[in-house]
Amino acid sequence: MLTVNKKFTIVRLLCAFGIAIALSVAVIFAVSEEPVTAIYNLFLGPLQSKRHFFEVFASSVPLIFTGLALGLVFKSGNFSMIADACLYTGAVVTAALAIKTSLPFAVHPIVIMIAAAAVGGLIGSIPALLKVYFHTNELVTSLMFNYVFFYLGIYNVTKFLADREAGTFASKKYQATASLGKLISGTNFHVGYLIAIAAVILLYILVYKTKFGYEVRISGSNPEFAKYSGIRTSRVIIMTQVIAGAVAGLGGAVEQMGMYQRFNWQDSPSYAWDGVIIAILSGNNPKMVPFAAFFLAYIRVGADLMSRRSDVQNELVSIIQAVLILFVTAERFMAGWKQREEAKKALKGEA
Amino acid sequence: MGILQEILKTLSLPEFYFAMFRSATPVLLTTLGAMISSRSGTSNIALEGTMLISAFVGVVVSAFSQSAWIGFLGAVLAGFIVSNILAYFILKLNSNAVISGIALNTFASGGTIFVLYLITGEKGASTSLPSLKLPSVTIPVVKDIPVIGAVLSGHHVLTYAALILVAVVWYMFKYTRLGMHIRAVGESPDAAESVGIPVKKIKYIALCLSGMMTGMAGAFLSMGYVGLFSSGMTAGRGYIALATQAIAAGNAVIGMLASLLFGFCQSLANYLQNSSIPLQFIQMMPYLIIIIAYTVYCAMVEHNKKKKQMKAAAGK
Repeated sequence: MLTVNKKFTIVRLLCAFGIAIALSVAVIFAVSEEPVTAIYNLFLGPLQSKRHFFEVFASSVPLIFTGLALGLVFKSGNFSMIADACLYTGAVVTAALAIKTSLPFAVHPIVIMIAAAAVGGLIGSIPALLKVYFHTNELVTSLMFNYVFFYLGIYNVTKFLADREAGTFASKKYQATASLGKLISGTNFHVGYLIAIAAVILLYILVYKTKFGYEVRISGSNPEFAKYSGIRTSRVIIMTQVIAGAVAGLGGAVEQMGMYQRFNWQDSPSYAWDGVIIAILSGNNPKMVPFAAFFLAYIRVGADLMSRRSDVQNELVSIIQAVLILFVTAERFMAGWKQREEAKKALKGEA
Repeated sequence: MGILQEILKTLSLPEFYFAMFRSATPVLLTTLGAMISSRSGTSNIALEGTMLISAFVGVVVSAFSQSAWIGFLGAVLAGFIVSNILAYFILKLNSNAVISGIALNTFASGGTIFVLYLITGEKGASTSLPSLKLPSVTIPVVKDIPVIGAVLSGHHVLTYAALILVAVVWYMFKYTRLGMHIRAVGESPDAAESVGIPVKKIKYIALCLSGMMTGMAGAFLSMGYVGLFSSGMTAGRGYIALATQAIAAGNAVIGMLASLLFGFCQSLANYLQNSSIPLQFIQMMPYLIIIIAYTVYCAMVEHNKKKKQMKAAAGK
């Protein structure tokens, strides 16, 4: 039988989803002249064809990477948003190596992924090092660094990689070897999804099956205890953010090689911000990240179809996203229900 | 012309310092807001989104009411409402302040575009809306003083409002009951509670004040010099205010200096846009300088703390 706590988590999650869905339906009815078409496409659009359904898997790839990265950082009790810079710079590194180097098939993507992960890890370490040595707040510095690395990336692409004939902001084309093959032809479902799942498994093992993972969990849930039990918290802070940065950097490489043939991210895609909701929905547990990412990607693909086929714009998703984050993390949301349930159980126990 | 000469020439222009105040204004208003909530013990990450929503509401309300001041009130009210939502989740539902703030920022960046499209049919900017601007003010005597007049007179009304608010906030923390209560609640909620200060109410008031000041910053962005709303126009100023607020450590005057440092960098960046320095390096400079200033500040605080400890140890 489910414990009250587990049951509570599930009921609360369902209620949060209910509120988010009810709100989005209400907004659609309020603003749209064709609400039925809009709602149909938003919730069922991705199921209409094979191509759209697998688009959900493809779109969930970067979300899995940032969800893992943010989840690990949150788990250690830190709040760095540097994954944004790591993913973006990882993508820029990918563009550089995919254009400027020639390597054989299969070797090329591997070299690129290692390089992007290394750069991501390096960038991820910066807010952590500043925190450990100068006692800065990692959230504040990471938010600033995101802008710094974004502009650095734009500079490098325009200066060294740009295609002058493209007319818009775009790099030259990637070499054919620097591409992750499709798993199912006619869809965007690419090898990157398997790499993302591999990352999920590795992170799960790291967090729940190793000594380091134990230290991360203790540092996050009880920092005082961690300090007194001899865990080197500085090391935990730095290592988690290096690993998270590497995962995000890898995500940038996988996304570029899986979905693009040239670099055209003139604005940061800000997958790291989506990573926040993935991390929260998954309870910072790597095992649940693919499901949370699937959900968000599903709504995203549905919203794209909705905006193409009806008069409702896909920015509706950020409203759904915000409502979900707010209610899922609200500690006292439905606390009354939990109390009643516990009281009922206690009474039954006595009888 | 060498880069150094270009910079020196820019620094000798009175217009440059005028622009410094202009660029500093939204950050200064937000810094003051961030300071109030932070001193009450809540870090308000939602400032970025609050500013964006206020900027948007200001433009829309001014366009429909055809009154710049009603638009301004709309922007401030929007800031008030957003901070009420934040306060409800943080204070009533015990949510994590940072995560709720991130949620509101997500809502703001998408929600403003969503509504902008509903009203104008465009997603980029509110060019088709006949929105109004708040006026600039010339100061009678000051404007005739050479150099100083060019720097200090003729600013936007909200720039002066921001400077006055620096004094108000400083006074509030130092001499008023509310200011002392906010500080007490932030430093030790339990101690404050035990002497009968209503902790939640004070935290709520602090969050509302911070939202309203950030609302003014939003109004400045969209109803100041530009006169329109464009998507994502806050460009991280709400986050910068978190850093300048941290540097200020609760002192409104230092908060003003830190904001002016940002204004200095931003204004320098604007002037150097056509120089030989690559554009992107110029764009990243304000962020980089604020990181450096913030890090140096934190390092100094830590250094002083250690020194004090050493002294105390030696004294024994």
